[in-house]
Amino acid sequence: MREPPLSTLSGWGRHSAPGRERVGEDLERISADVNLSRGLGRSYGDASLPPDDEPNVLNTTFADRILGFDEVTGLFRAESGLALSELNRLLMPRGYFSPVSPGTKFVTLGGMVAADVHGKNQHKDGNFGDHVTKLKMRVGDGRVVECSPEQHPDLFRATIGGMGLTGHILEVEFGMHRIPSQWIWQESRRIQNIDEFQDALEESALEWPYTMGWIDCLARGKNMGRGILMTGRWAEADQAPSRAPKRGFQPTLRFDWPSWVLSGLTIRLFNELYYRKQWRRRSSGIVSHESFYYPLDAIRSWNRMYGRRGFTQYQCVLPREAGRSSARRVLDVLTTRGGASFLCVIKDFGRESRGILSFPRPGITLALDIAVRDDTQDLVDALNEQVLQEGGRIYLAKDSFTRREHFEAMEGPRLDEFRAIRDRWDPNRRFRSAQSVRLLGD
Amino acid sequence: MRVAFLGATKGMGRALARLMAERGDTICLLGRNSADLERSAADLSVRGAIPPVPSVACDLEKPDTFAPAIDAAREALEGLDAVVVTAAVFATQEELEADAALAERLVRINFSNTVMFCEAAKKALLEEGGGTLCVFSSVAGERGRKPVIIYGAAKAGLTRYLEGLDHKHRAEGLRVITVKPGFVKTSMTAGLEPPPFAGEPDGVAERVLSAIDRGAPVVYAPAPWRLIMAIIRALPRAIMRRISF
Ligand SMILES: Cc1cc2nc3c(=O)[nH]c(=O)nc-3n(C[C@H](O)[C@H](O)[C@H](O)COP(=O)(O)OP(=O)(O)OC[C@H]3O[C@@H](n4cnc5c(N)ncnc54)[C@H](O)[C@@H]3O)c2cc1C
Ligand SMILES: NC(=O)c1ccc[n+]([C@@H]2O[C@H](COP(=O)([O-])OP(=O)(O)OC[C@H]3O[C@@H](n4cnc5c(N)ncnc54)[C@H](OP(=O)(O)O)[C@@H]3O)[C@@H](O)[C@H]2O)c1
Repeated sequence: MREPPLSTLSGWGRHSAPGRERVGEDLERISADVNLSRGLGRSYGDASLPPDDEPNVLNTTFADRILGFDEVTGLFRAESGLALSELNRLLMPRGYFSPVSPGTKFVTLGGMVAADVHGKNQHKDGNFGDHVTKLKMRVGDGRVVECSPEQHPDLFRATIGGMGLTGHILEVEFGMHRIPSQWIWQESRRIQNIDEFQDALEESALEWPYTMGWIDCLARGKNMGRGILMTGRWAEADQAPSRAPKRGFQPTLRFDWPSWVLSGLTIRLFNELYYRKQWRRRSSGIVSHESFYYPLDAIRSWNRMYGRRGFTQYQCVLPREAGRSSARRVLDVLTTRGGASFLCVIKDFGRESRGILSFPRPGITLALDIAVRDDTQDLVDALNEQVLQEGGRIYLAKDSFTRREHFEAMEGPRLDEFRAIRDRWDPNRRFRSAQSVRLLGD
Repeated sequence: MRVAFLGATKGMGRALARLMAERGDTICLLGRNSADLERSAADLSVRGAIPPVPSVACDLEKPDTFAPAIDAAREALEGLDAVVVTAAVFATQEELEADAALAERLVRINFSNTVMFCEAAKKALLEEGGGTLCVFSSVAGERGRKPVIIYGAAKAGLTRYLEGLDHKHRAEGLRVITVKPGFVKTSMTAGLEPPPFAGEPDGVAERVLSAIDRGAPVVYAPAPWRLIMAIIRALPRAIMRRISF
């Protein structure tokens, strides 16, 4: 096989590393001597990037065949490079949707398992990994094995949320959910502050399958955490337009914006306008699933908005035990340091997932998009120290700045369990990423 | 449309077969690896919500498989309206110069064996009273070019053969379609630096399917390669000797 040239690989936040991507339809054949898989590169940080000493990665996106779909039970099996966008395009018209969907459809099944992604229905349906019934993998000793809750359960649980560190996921089998239409009945509601937000999320969790909120991160004092709560459920066939949602014009950002464009001032302006847009206390109506689930997909390559240095997303979860005020304390760290986040998302989590290193736990999650500046490392350090005090943790799919000692302190016994399984399945540490070297030491 | 498809397991063939399945065409897969054909068959049948897609053994390196494979496809499809060939192999000029056996094999697969496969396909289609024979050649066959001398020569031969077939049999209802892809990002070109205007398999597939439906004898894909090759064809030898394109 021709060796691809060394190039620059980057995560969605444009954090980059030198690397080589091997592509091919036959993952089983070409995965034998590569040490990390990556899908569509939608993880923000360095999770899908190779470590310094081993530039080769496997790009799975050519391996995208559907291997089976039971139209009665919804059981679905495909190669791991299949994109969620393709799954939606094919199966939504037939009344099926992924049991869990992240906020972009440009992710692969392999990436959804490896990050154990969550969606707006986390409080009700858990994570993607909770719906996976079987995985086919290439593991450290070169074997190809299947794992499931019954078969090699340790490998299965470590792979879900394991960020590619247990081996190459070749095939994924999971259960699809039935949907009555491709439209969402959405309700949005203005929220005055962070405390009201948490009450509102808790209340709506009982009533709505899909919930999430957008926060104006610049508002301080009594307005801190003001924003808009969005809730939704699938529209019944008789409420929804009979046509399928149209795909509108999708602009692409073709150049990097200069960094001053997203300054504190413009972010303040955007946030103010966005908040004012919801001028009614409450509004509701039928919207397409695309605008509900994937508002950011409407602009291709929107990450270029952050310019050359890129951005990071800081996403943490604060456990319920830390109490209502924990979210306020974390936002305080951001605002007192003058950190301006263009986009800030809040969501409540229900249960913990079955993945050993999976992110969610019962509580509240905050996700802050932060442009990379000279002081970003300090800001992330300060946020991590606060999150540690609250007993929370961070999401690996978004991270590129966390320090090893912070991560180890957040994860504690979970990390020991993960390491033990890695020792069993990959004692020589074949599978490594730039992120694993940074956070786990290997 | 009932289609016998050689090369649907990968690349542009995979993309084109998917478009056909999704609009309800019936397909029979021809190829050399039966386990892999089964996987592609499953993919196509789920995408098209169509009954199990049959597959038949056929290897471009084994000419004795050609006629039996086409007959088997005809039987499985209960007739035949189109034969599509995307199968071929590629190697760089350096690789071919360094390995005479590889060069001989490439010329045999891409030229003589593909021609013999098309002869068998032509016969079957004419027996059916006509139909479409769509074969992937390449822009590499348009002009003698330094990076693709041997591969390009085999494709040039194939292009001429297909042109002749079209001239001879169009009146009998056999529509021969020559596809000339430019650089397309598939595993065939993996590891090569993509030039400007490099295409994706899905875009090529859409253009080719529309050419099949219209019966257009020649289709360049992606579209800009039509103009690029018009320029390349017009360049004097003195310039071709100097550039490395
Ligand atoms: C706009 C946007 C919104 C998002 N919203 C959400 C959200 O709401 N919820 C959420 O949970 N996430 C969200 N994400 C993050 C995203 O869902 C995850 O990062 C996901 O893993 C990306 O999938 P990918 O195919 O791009 O994987 P990559 O980014 O390419 O890889 C991610 C990780 O998965 C591993 N991996 C990928 N494929 C394989 C494989 N076949 N075998 C083994 N390991 C593999 C990689 O090694 C890496 O560690 C969002 C991202 C963006 C850009
Ligand atoms: N990609 C480009 O840039 C480009 C440019 C110009 C022209 N083309 C031409 O376009 C066509 C498709 O190219 P592609 O890039 O899609 O190729 P590809 O991804 O490499 O796919 C090649 C296909 O050919 C099949 N094949 C190879 N050898 C075979 C054999 N001996 N017997 C049977 N089947 C065989 C393969 O089947 P297996 O699954 O069994 O391997 C596969 O399905 C080819 O004719 C190519 O020459 C390509």
